[in-house]
Amino acid sequence: MLSINNAVKVFQPGTSSERTALDDLSLEMGRGEFLTIIGSNGAGKSTLFNAITGAFLLDRGSVTLGGRDITWLPPHKRAFFIGYLFQDPMKGTAPGMTIEENLSLAYSRGKRWPLRPGVSKGDADFFRDRLERFGMGLEDRMKTKAGMLSGGQRQVLALLMSTVGNPELLLLDEHTAALDPASAEQVTRITLDLVGTQNITTMMITHNIHQALNFGTRTIMMEEGRIILDIRGAKRREMTVSKLMDMYSQRRKRELDNDRMLLI
Amino acid sequence: MNLLIGSLHLGLIYGLMALGIYITFRILNTPDLTTDGSFTLGTAMSASFAVMGMPVTGLVLGMLAGAAAGTVTGLLQTKLSIHPILSGILTMSGLYTVNLFVLGARSNVSLLGSEHIFTRVSAALPGLSKNSSRLILALALCALGYAALVWFFRTHLGLCIRAVGDNDDMVRASSIDVDRMRIIATAMSNALVAFSGAAAAQYQGFADIGSGVGMMVVGLASVIIGEVFFGRRSVTAGFLSAIFGSLAYRLVIALALKSSFFPAYALKLVSALIVAVALSLPAVRDGLRIRKLRRKAFQNALHK
Repeated sequence: MLSINNAVKVFQPGTSSERTALDDLSLEMGRGEFLTIIGSNGAGKSTLFNAITGAFLLDRGSVTLGGRDITWLPPHKRAFFIGYLFQDPMKGTAPGMTIEENLSLAYSRGKRWPLRPGVSKGDADFFRDRLERFGMGLEDRMKTKAGMLSGGQRQVLALLMSTVGNPELLLLDEHTAALDPASAEQVTRITLDLVGTQNITTMMITHNIHQALNFGTRTIMMEEGRIILDIRGAKRREMTVSKLMDMYSQRRKRELDNDRMLLI
Repeated sequence: MNLLIGSLHLGLIYGLMALGIYITFRILNTPDLTTDGSFTLGTAMSASFAVMGMPVTGLVLGMLAGAAAGTVTGLLQTKLSIHPILSGILTMSGLYTVNLFVLGARSNVSLLGSEHIFTRVSAALPGLSKNSSRLILALALCALGYAALVWFFRTHLGLCIRAVGDNDDMVRASSIDVDRMRIIATAMSNALVAFSGAAAAQYQGFADIGSGVGMMVVGLASVIIGEVFFGRRSVTAGFLSAIFGSLAYRLVIALALKSSFFPAYALKLVSALIVAVALSLPAVRDGLRIRKLRRKAFQNALHK
């Protein structure tokens, strides 16, 4: 389904602030898999997403999705297959446009005659129906500008926008991190519901280890641009938050010890 | 009365330009300085073809030439990543040469004695006075431009362009080519500006190489004056308010000139002042509010 082969990305090469964000990283994902990603800041989680969406090109390596090599494809062409949800609720929707206009833009995804009506009657009914299932009352506010909605409502709208076109891959970059706890829970519930019913192959970055282990079918941990842990199935079921924390801190400690030895 | 009719004519004809400015300034959120050049390009094409006896061809080709100029600016902005303001200035400067070429290396062309759209309509409607037939034609052109834009910005392509000005991250994530949308919108804007220039040349009976100077500021002033009356609402209302702003602008200018309050050559300075004042209003309002808060806090401290 998705395969990333020996991806390398170095930022500001040849300067004192040179940083290897992806270090010969390879990853294979099967259809319908739901992968959660954890790792500290700067581990390369978002860089991995950017490499997939095409926000930048890789220094080395390749990305294929559904059998197509997308390594050199510009971002807007990749977006045809990939749904992407930002952490910032403001980024996923156009504030000056109505709910139905936002949804129409996302739904069209490059098909059909460009001078057709922006929001057709049939589409509007379809969107209303989809929104109704969330039970947030958004279906009665189709002509409200997205900028008038709360953060949680905007994120739900963005979530529907990124899944309504049935993408082959859905990327969620800590998409509940900027929300209040109640909204975050609601958005999480709706996410799981959407991903489950449409059986979308999904990658989700999260800072919540509990969430990482309980949602989805597979978990990876990243560190310095590499995957240092990749668990699924029985091994993942046996894993607990405290075990994972132990593993993580042990690893950290070992590195610190090495540093100390160097200093002495 | 003549004054009122005259400014009504001009307001409608220049209203087309205000529509173009509205597309770049308000919808795309990227002021476009190509305007000064593409307006003159429209007048030059229109006058040159009218002299050859093809006034309607002049209007159409003037509009297409404007679209081409806008496309150049759009390409500079997107594919070559030149700053939007600088892109517009580059095209505008280059157009000066193009415009002189179109005018046949002269700085002006007179339509005296040549037939053009306004004389044609006059001839076709013999029962009406010259002023009325001119008003009908100007109104028809402006209404045509308005209707076309209202329709266009409700289509899918129109929605995409509006979204680019609103949030281009989201547009990219929706698999829409942001660069292409910017180029199309800039081309449309300049097509309208050039069309306005083309109509203005035949209305005034001449084309002049200097006629585009400060046109962008005039267009901005129209958009802003319109918003003073109508507020900032939907795109449909926005287009209407831009035309209304253009009418109001022409009327104010005509009255000021009539009262010999200032000489005709002060026009551009007054336009620039209107735009500067209108654009600085939010900052001034904030400044006043903070001063008020500080004074209050100071007085509270005294009373304690």
